[in-house]
Amino acid sequence: MFEALSSKLNGVFDRLRRRGALSESDVQEALREVRVALLEADVALPVVRDLVARVRERAVGQEVIRSVSPAQQVIKIVNDCLVEALGGGEGDDGKRGLDLAAAAPVPLLMVGLQGSGKTTTSGKIALRLKGRDKKKVLLASLDVQRPAAQLQLQQLAERAGVASLPIIPGQTPLEIAARAMDLGRRELYDVVILDTAGRLAIDEALMAEVAAVKAATNPHETLLVVDAMTGQDAVNTARAFQERVGVTGIVMTRVDGDARGGAALSMRAVTGAPIKLLGAGEKLDALEDFHPDRIAGRILGMGDIVSLVERAAETIDRDEAEKMAARMQKGQFNLEDYASQLKQIGKMGSLSGILGMLPGVGKMKAQLEDANLDTTILKRQAAIIGSMTPKERRTPDIIKASRKRRIAAGSGTTVQEVNRLLKQFDDMSAMMKRMSKLGQKGLMRGGLGALLPGSGGRRPF
Amino acid sequence: MRPQDDAGALREAEARQQTAQREAEAREAAAAPPPGHAVELRPPSEPVAIPPAQASGGAPLPGAVAPRPAAPAAEPVPAAPAAEPVLIAPAAEPATAAPGGWFSRLKSGLARSTARLTEGVTTLFRKRRLDEAALEELEEMLITADLGVAASARIVEGFRRSRFGKEVTDEEVKAALAEEIAAILAPVAHEMEVDPRRAPHVVLVVGVNGTGKTTTIAKLGRIYRELGLTCGFVAGDTFRAAAVEQLQIWGERTGCQVHAPAKPGADAAGLAFDALRAAKEAGTQVLLVDTAGRLHNKAALMEELRKIIRVLKRQDETAPHSVLLVLDATTGQNALQQVKVFKEMVAVTGLAVTKLDGSAKGGVVVALAQEFGLPVHMVGVGETAQDLRPFTARDFARGLVGLD
Ligand SMILES: Nc1nc2c(ncn2[C@@H]2O[C@H](COP(=O)(O)OP(=O)(O)O)[C@@H](O)[C@H]2O)c(=O)[nH]1
Ligand SMILES: Nc1nc2c(ncn2[C@@H]2O[C@H](COP(=O)(O)OP(=O)(O)O)[C@@H](O)[C@H]2O)c(=O)[nH]1
Ligand SMILES: [Mg+2]
Ligand SMILES: [Mg+2]
Repeated sequence: MFEALSSKLNGVFDRLRRRGALSESDVQEALREVRVALLEADVALPVVRDLVARVRERAVGQEVIRSVSPAQQVIKIVNDCLVEALGGGEGDDGKRGLDLAAAAPVPLLMVGLQGSGKTTTSGKIALRLKGRDKKKVLLASLDVQRPAAQLQLQQLAERAGVASLPIIPGQTPLEIAARAMDLGRRELYDVVILDTAGRLAIDEALMAEVAAVKAATNPHETLLVVDAMTGQDAVNTARAFQERVGVTGIVMTRVDGDARGGAALSMRAVTGAPIKLLGAGEKLDALEDFHPDRIAGRILGMGDIVSLVERAAETIDRDEAEKMAARMQKGQFNLEDYASQLKQIGKMGSLSGILGMLPGVGKMKAQLEDANLDTTILKRQAAIIGSMTPKERRTPDIIKASRKRRIAAGSGTTVQEVNRLLKQFDDMSAMMKRMSKLGQKGLMRGGLGALLPGSGGRRPF
Repeated sequence: MRPQDDAGALREAEARQQTAQREAEAREAAAAPPPGHAVELRPPSEPVAIPPAQASGGAPLPGAVAPRPAAPAAEPVPAAPAAEPVLIAPAAEPATAAPGGWFSRLKSGLARSTARLTEGVTTLFRKRRLDEAALEELEEMLITADLGVAASARIVEGFRRSRFGKEVTDEEVKAALAEEIAAILAPVAHEMEVDPRRAPHVVLVVGVNGTGKTTTIAKLGRIYRELGLTCGFVAGDTFRAAAVEQLQIWGERTGCQVHAPAKPGADAAGLAFDALRAAKEAGTQVLLVDTAGRLHNKAALMEELRKIIRVLKRQDETAPHSVLLVLDATTGQNALQQVKVFKEMVAVTGLAVTKLDGSAKGGVVVALAQEFGLPVHMVGVGETAQDLRPFTARDFARGLVGLD
């Protein structure tokens, strides 16, 4: 499971090697690693402290289970605590998404910092309510701060196929809100979404303004929109919006990025409000339901297989990959195939970014970063293969000293680099043979692993 | 992931993949250059003074200041190329800032944003021995400022070596802490140099979504105009709704000519190409290229950025002369990944850190300085065109720990 953390915890418990119950000091050392993992995932420090205390309470004195390692046992406890803190687990009432059980028109108020994704999320919610829930939705922008903000929402409304409140320049947010609710009542809208300007937690005047809007419209849901990349400041923001405005739910945006999303925990802990929705892209249909277990895994660095597969699928040429897989299975994998694999990996972007999403590569990723390996190595390797003759690519065994010198000169690299590539390719082919039983999926991942210095594919993850 | 979940996860992945594909296709379709691609050029506007409150009909923005005339030191040379490379500092603010000027506002902004950190330091170290527990708490305070576990530990380690066991006042601790942080930041505190003789000096502005790219462009445009330079904007965010219109409004407010796509969804690279040609012909001295926000882990979108660069180079091999990565100060440890990938993919030359007027401390900048050593050029401290400041190590560090 959560490899990044578990490799560290394994280290801790390897040193301890105790039997019987987990002792206070065993747990203590493990918790230090848990703390670091949570902080690196941007969970706010006060929230980390609480969580660690909860884990300690549950872990100390627990019987060591024969079949699992103590590290796995602690991780299980950490995971359970995270899932619970995110609203899952035993106390989960199973309720997800927005609550619209109120007299129409139901006002929804969107609040948050500048640029967190309020306007885009307003459009997404409108599209979902219209399509899935067959609601008549009105979008209204109260943002008189950011240039063209009202126009932005109007254009999103057009894309979503819902109505938007006609723009009247010069009106205050309160006036716009009143006009929106009035139109909502007169034209029998089911839901009126009030998008607001971004505001800082410490901006007294603007916080008072949105509080006034809330008092005037009495929204059934007040959604705090936060960016998944948010750091420690999440607690300040959450506290301010909770105290000054009152929040009924949280929407976390940009989960399509590679941030670990610890802010979800911080926000939830401070406001007590559930996380209701996730934004997973710029397009209007990129709105997802929230699953506590998935976000818990992400925060712990368990590796988001889903996003990895998604990214791979987005960039890797399917036909190409299938052809290659077939060749691998037949044991025909050669340097030409390797070159084309390099190209595809290059297209996928930063190597360590991709590896970070794979479970089981915590250690390798560190290794990779130590080696300072980046995609430029891929490019150099591609250049080396590019300097080979077709015959050499198909039968690398014929590449001896003089050919190596020619290839190195042709690709602007060194003989050592050529050697390293050939060695790597050897390791890789050997592993291919072993992995051919596992089918395509395994092959793709094995291919990535074989690129790692020192690992030589000996670790098919 | 538990093995029994694999099937479900993969099914889900398939669904996501379809969405991703649709998204990619839509962007691709949107990016197809229109036949006979044309650039709409608005008539060059007169240099405008920046009004005190720019919110359209709203309350005056907090922190808005009265318009200032162009810095007298800078000779307005609208047509002839300026003789020297330009930094933002002199024009951004005269050195002799009046009370209520930018420096005091920066200070008060930072002071507010670090009130909690300061409080902690103050209560923690008043007449106290710098023992193990005190150091640990100090480390935790740095962590809450987003410095990250590793950078915080390194800084505190320096403290441990030099000051362990000493009786110290909070003032001493603050000053020493600030020094420690300033020493890390000093090597990266460089302003963005713009050379008007290049006519145009091209600045490509990149970053993830919503960080403040467009607003930062507006702020830079205002400064260059006040310096008497001619400055153009390229509305390269052809994807987000009303992003072009947003930049057009900023163009009007700052007196910078906006190169907008002929129709929504046009190819950003094609637009940049045409805009660069037009700017060359017009002798525009600085050209600021806005781009759509993109997450660094989206390879196809990063490739799109590289295409913009390739296309610019076809006209001017040395362009873009600056690649400015805009970071949001609220961002936590993910900023490290952002900088790493953008640097790798588009050769970022420097950073701008925005939204430092909030409660977020932007401490990740310290970790960034240690890890990448990229110059930090400027900080954004508000939503108006006036709210841009040069980044200075000492002020930032002292502000961070709550010292004047
Ligand atoms: N990748 C990604 N981008 C998003 C998401 N939500 C919003 N955005 C982008 O973030 C930027 C700011 O969003 P916007 O809705 O204008 O934020 P607001 O200032 O809070 O209203 C835009 O470029 C959006 O396209 C998301 O879930 N994923
Ligand atoms: N408080 C504050 N808000 C800012 C700052 N810079 C940008 N913003 C706001 O952040 C939001 C997103 O800015 P924008 O320039 O559109 O971001 P882009 O998507 O990166 O182009 C807008 O509401 C801006 O007004 C800053 O320095 N301080
Ligand atoms: Mg908005
Ligand atoms: Mg923009």
